[in-house]
Amino acid sequence: MFDRRDLLKGAGLAAMAATLNSTKALALDTVTLPFANGERPLVKYPQKRPMIGLTSRPPQLETPFAIFNDGPITPNNAFFVRYHLAGLPYDLDPDKFTLEVKGKVDKPLKLSLKDIRKMKATEIVAVNQCSGNSRGFSEPRVAGGQLANGAMGNARWRGVPLKTVLEMAGVQAGAKQVVFAGMDGPVSDKTPDFAKALDLDHATNGEVMLAYGMNGDDLPFLNGFPLRLVVPGYYGTYWVKHLNEITVIDNVFDGFWMKGAYRIPDTPDNSIEPGTTPKATIPINRFTIRSFITSVTDGAKLKAGRTTLRGIAFDSGKGIKDVQVSTDGGKTWTSAKLGKDLGNYSFREWKLPVKLAAGQVELKVRATSNSGETQPDTPRWNPAGYLRNVVETTRVTVA
Amino acid sequence: MQRTVLLAATLAVITVAGSALAAPVSYKTPDEVAAFKPGPNLEVVQGNCAACHSSDYIATQPPMKDKKGFWQAEVTKMIKVYGAPIDDADVGKIVDYLAATY
Repeated sequence: MFDRRDLLKGAGLAAMAATLNSTKALALDTVTLPFANGERPLVKYPQKRPMIGLTSRPPQLETPFAIFNDGPITPNNAFFVRYHLAGLPYDLDPDKFTLEVKGKVDKPLKLSLKDIRKMKATEIVAVNQCSGNSRGFSEPRVAGGQLANGAMGNARWRGVPLKTVLEMAGVQAGAKQVVFAGMDGPVSDKTPDFAKALDLDHATNGEVMLAYGMNGDDLPFLNGFPLRLVVPGYYGTYWVKHLNEITVIDNVFDGFWMKGAYRIPDTPDNSIEPGTTPKATIPINRFTIRSFITSVTDGAKLKAGRTTLRGIAFDSGKGIKDVQVSTDGGKTWTSAKLGKDLGNYSFREWKLPVKLAAGQVELKVRATSNSGETQPDTPRWNPAGYLRNVVETTRVTVA
Repeated sequence: MQRTVLLAATLAVITVAGSALAAPVSYKTPDEVAAFKPGPNLEVVQGNCAACHSSDYIATQPPMKDKKGFWQAEVTKMIKVYGAPIDDADVGKIVDYLAATY
């Protein structure tokens, strides 16, 4: 297989050339994701470095995996992009932006971006991961966005706690859920507009955030400028972008994107027999625990002897207790050294010096959280291809 | 790419201004280059599907054993769930194109 980093270097040069003397050089290069029909263009969007293009309208961009080896924070210009509906607020005046808070509240609010920025800010480092991340590896394959492992990223988010804004509005007795909607919408008025809901106790837990800042800058446009919801530990479907409408309701929200989509089997491990249909489903919620080797790509050729493996791990917010690595296909495991703790919702870096003998080698990595959650040896299956967290295997040739 | 450069300039202004006044954003995506593959009833497919999404939504779907069943289910989902205004007479044509082409 190719070395993605080399490809990206080439893409960078192509991008520079394109900036200087071409108006239409968009597909800079291609990458092949490791599943059938995995060919994708590398595309260059404003505010983004070359990204793996999944779809162009609406835009969906996957992060090239090599970027996760650069550090625990995913740069804004490499952060993945996922939209459902093609009506994006492409022309947007942040000075005219307002966030409306309404429904079962004593004092409905209309806040400008300035109002929100004047409030006491908080920060949290948290992973955002698309529910469909890694869907392309689902076996049997399932319909939907065919992503490898790059629909995730870790950023330092800055904003105000949702709790503070809801307290300003005064949530009324009997309120049950809070509904979030953004400025992006469908092309046809018959398509259900995107909206998501959280239970009131979750929405007011102090961690859920209205974020305007990302890694020290404004949010990139395609990541929800000027304001998005941050729901630490929960899949990205809840992290509503271009957020401008918060509605407190006294029932359970029955919009399509909660009731019809983003559902997982209501079974103990949220999986079912591959290829079957679940009897009952619940809304997708917390991340499953995952870990990756980032320093070596599948199919790489390595020199025999000593080398240091590196990677990342994360879970839904209990924090990573241990990361173990196997260099013999899972027979024996050694605990890696964990990197700096940026908080329980962050990527946690790990590294481990290993000695590799010549031959075909299967490298594996497995994380365990502070609550004891760990990764299964075989993939769990569900009809939408969500929740993948099987122990990942990187096959290398050592000589 | 000239548009890209202009946009970069606009965004630079936003960054410099920080939390103060920010200029309006006019975000420009690259031109759409993905195109439907040639096939039977191509014009019906373009007319119906491309209103809401680019053709790469179709081209990137996994290879399935039962192509016809897979694409029938997808077209039905577009109509029933996402409200695509597709004439009954066109449904079969679209499914045939998708099953034969992707």
